[in-house]
Amino acid sequence: MKWLRSKLDQARKPFEPGAKFEKYAPAINAFDTFLFTPNHVTKKGAHIRDVVDLKRTMITVVLALVPALLFGMWNTGAQYLYQEMGLASVLDVPFMDAFIEGAILTLPLIIVSYVVGLTIEFIFAIYRGHEVNEGYLVTGLLIPMIFPVDIPLWMLALSVAFAVLIGKEAFGGTGMNILNPALTARAFAFFAYPLYMSGNAVWVHQGDTDAVSGETILGSLASGQFDGTVDGAAANSVAFSGPAPAESSVLSGIDSMDMFMGYIPGSVAETSALMILIGAIILIATKVGSWRIILGGILGGLAMGAIFNFFGNMGSEFITGLVDSGKITMDQVYNDAAAVAELNLSGWDATLMELGTNQLINFPFWQHLLVGSILFGVVFMATDPVSAAQTFKGKWIYGILIGFFGIMIRIFNPAYPEGIMLAILLMNVFAPTIDHYVIQANVNKRKKRAKKAQVNLQTA
Amino acid sequence: MSKDIRVRKGLDLKLKGEAEKQLVEAPAPKVFAIKPPDFHAMVPKMILKEGAVVKAGEPIFYSKYDEKVKFVSPVSGTLTEIVRGAKRRIMEVRITPNGTSDALKHDVGSLNSLKGEEVKALLLESGCWPFIVQRPYSIMASSEDTPKSIFVSVYTTAPLSGDADFIVSQKMEAFQAGITALSKLTPGKVHVGVGKNSSINSLNDAVIHKVKGPHPAGNVGVQIHKLDPINMGERVWTVNAEDVATIGNFFLNGTFQAERTVALTGTDAEESKRKYYKTTIGAQVNSIIGTVDLDKTRIISGDVLTGDKLSNDQFINYFHNTLTLIPEGNDYALLGWLPFTRNNVPSNAGTSFAKLFGGKKKVDTNLNGEERALVVTGEMEEVMPMDVYPMQLIKACMAGDIEKMENLGIYEVAPEDFALIDFTNTSKLEAQEIIRNGLDLMITEVG
Repeated sequence: MKWLRSKLDQARKPFEPGAKFEKYAPAINAFDTFLFTPNHVTKKGAHIRDVVDLKRTMITVVLALVPALLFGMWNTGAQYLYQEMGLASVLDVPFMDAFIEGAILTLPLIIVSYVVGLTIEFIFAIYRGHEVNEGYLVTGLLIPMIFPVDIPLWMLALSVAFAVLIGKEAFGGTGMNILNPALTARAFAFFAYPLYMSGNAVWVHQGDTDAVSGETILGSLASGQFDGTVDGAAANSVAFSGPAPAESSVLSGIDSMDMFMGYIPGSVAETSALMILIGAIILIATKVGSWRIILGGILGGLAMGAIFNFFGNMGSEFITGLVDSGKITMDQVYNDAAAVAELNLSGWDATLMELGTNQLINFPFWQHLLVGSILFGVVFMATDPVSAAQTFKGKWIYGILIGFFGIMIRIFNPAYPEGIMLAILLMNVFAPTIDHYVIQANVNKRKKRAKKAQVNLQTA
Repeated sequence: MSKDIRVRKGLDLKLKGEAEKQLVEAPAPKVFAIKPPDFHAMVPKMILKEGAVVKAGEPIFYSKYDEKVKFVSPVSGTLTEIVRGAKRRIMEVRITPNGTSDALKHDVGSLNSLKGEEVKALLLESGCWPFIVQRPYSIMASSEDTPKSIFVSVYTTAPLSGDADFIVSQKMEAFQAGITALSKLTPGKVHVGVGKNSSINSLNDAVIHKVKGPHPAGNVGVQIHKLDPINMGERVWTVNAEDVATIGNFFLNGTFQAERTVALTGTDAEESKRKYYKTTIGAQVNSIIGTVDLDKTRIISGDVLTGDKLSNDQFINYFHNTLTLIPEGNDYALLGWLPFTRNNVPSNAGTSFAKLFGGKKKVDTNLNGEERALVVTGEMEEVMPMDVYPMQLIKACMAGDIEKMENLGIYEVAPEDFALIDFTNTSKLEAQEIIRNGLDLMITEVG
């Protein structure tokens, strides 16, 4: 260690104050402090300090992401090979084949993300004369994890550059940004290159063939193509008992255990609820991620899902009534718009009809957590301490609203069958407002107390 | 009626190097010094010049902006040196003792028959007044003020700190007299916070509160916040437990007896020497610890969270009753940022197994990382038991936004209340310094 240290001290000399490369000191500092925690001592009280620092915190998040990432690599490979090879189940793909295939597909994304992002971070650190902040260690890994595997690398690079330059550095760098940088990258790509970010063709690697359908469960639900087999049985008697879609969905027979384990198409690392929960446990146990936000997000999502289920059931009952009374057949409900129009429904009845036929509304509320990226978003994105609410009460409100809006946008947004990204970005914008009102309550309490004390003084 | 205080948020740091509860006589220091910077925001005006012969309790300087407040010599001897710093600011007034116990005697009469104004005049004249600290701002109390209440904490929670309860238990009669004297200075109450197993069970002229909870529950600021929070324009006074006994001694004997009990703690102090020493206010540190290698050891007057860094020939802070020696942590740690490593360093964060492995930790002064932007949230609130928003208050202080500082409760806090935030925060922020600067700004702008 001493040998390494003395070599480093020697290498640092040209970067010291007054030396030739003084300007580039942040770059060598970043390298130095990566190898060694520096010998800086406290100047005054508190003379002793906790072992935690930003590097440790950020590396902990990276650690928490590793299970989801490794699983994502396997799943990416497995989803592709399973369809290429025409196997009966994803699990039939040989493990190592799937993992190696997935790694080959995902590693370029990770490398591009880090190289582009860190280069910009280093340039800004040198330009501004401050140290390289560790925040990008996490962002750099999060970005490839939430992109479809087939995104062209130059699009990823542009999204990263946009996120770091406009999403973060324009606001003053780490700690100052308003929006979550990783989601900023995804939002940029989503709006700039929609064809590569949504639809049924992007979620599974296409390889050499065009025949692979990479439909996600949410995609199927939103387009009304889900064949209804959840847990081997119809999850909702009316909504899912409709006729099987004309095109055969690749999702036939997926049960909730598959969803929980994550053997489903989706962004690189968002599919496995189990791996995300392991990450959540690491984040909560290390106090790096706020359990208030995570729990709030889950509760909010469940609540909104349950509310929709409630109305969905009302719609289902309405349709059952129509069918029972012979006014329309079940087949017509789903496939014959003219027959529905002939019923001449108005007002609340028309709403009930729509509620009854929207598969996303009828999707069981707890299963909303297992599909799409809500869990990944709530655990790894919403907990970003810079863009989240900062007060304890604020974190609860922030988390719950993310869950609420996430599911609401998921169900109602016709353009894109997932809402968590937009919900988190929306709440990022509102986080300072939430904090403002939480803090204002404390301020008002103090003012009220002061006023009372004044009255007591005058009457004494 | 007493109201007990239970504090839930906070952090008890279990550190190696506590002092054994044994009181011994410290070797007599060769030099003493009163350091004006110990009295924050006070500007001294010298009464005596270098070479003057003084008695114990004889005034040597007074406060420029509150001329009634006098600072007296702790021993009899010769004023040998006035040490000045930048802009000729007086840093130390050094007194070489002559070995006699020649003390200035005051006529105090009977304490019970004294009125508030008389007690105040005697405190100002005797040199006992500087013991009284005012909240807000945590500065010496103004002789013009009347506080709404007075707080004394006899509950020590700061790590490696001299136990106030043990110190006071050695001088209960004087402590009681001091409480009685203080009770005459306020129309309100004197509140005494004690621990669960305190030796103090009953006191006249004061309300006793049992305090329970982790550090900073022993901080007087937390007790004020729980019992009688400070609003704008109000004044609350606080006095350290042993200083109450010094005040009491004055009213019992008529002389200023500058006794100070100092606990020697920390792993760099020899284990056999980690005891409580009976010495005198302003004692030179080498009288107790000898000379240490400052490259390897840090001398701290006070506890590890709030104390002042000293060199070998400097003097214990006027208010401190702890002297801590811990290793300097000026070494590198290979890949020290790896989570779940370096479990030998105490931690409130979960990125280390320090808590799981339990036991007392040996601490050094390494910063354990580098200063960074404020990123992690919630960690400050975890160790702040007051109903204030610490991060927002710190930011308001950094921005110098007076209205925001007022709204967020600047009047209720002192730097020591933010010591644990200094310790725990990931960005290695100097919270105590920021709060001190904020308070100083309030003093100049609001008064």
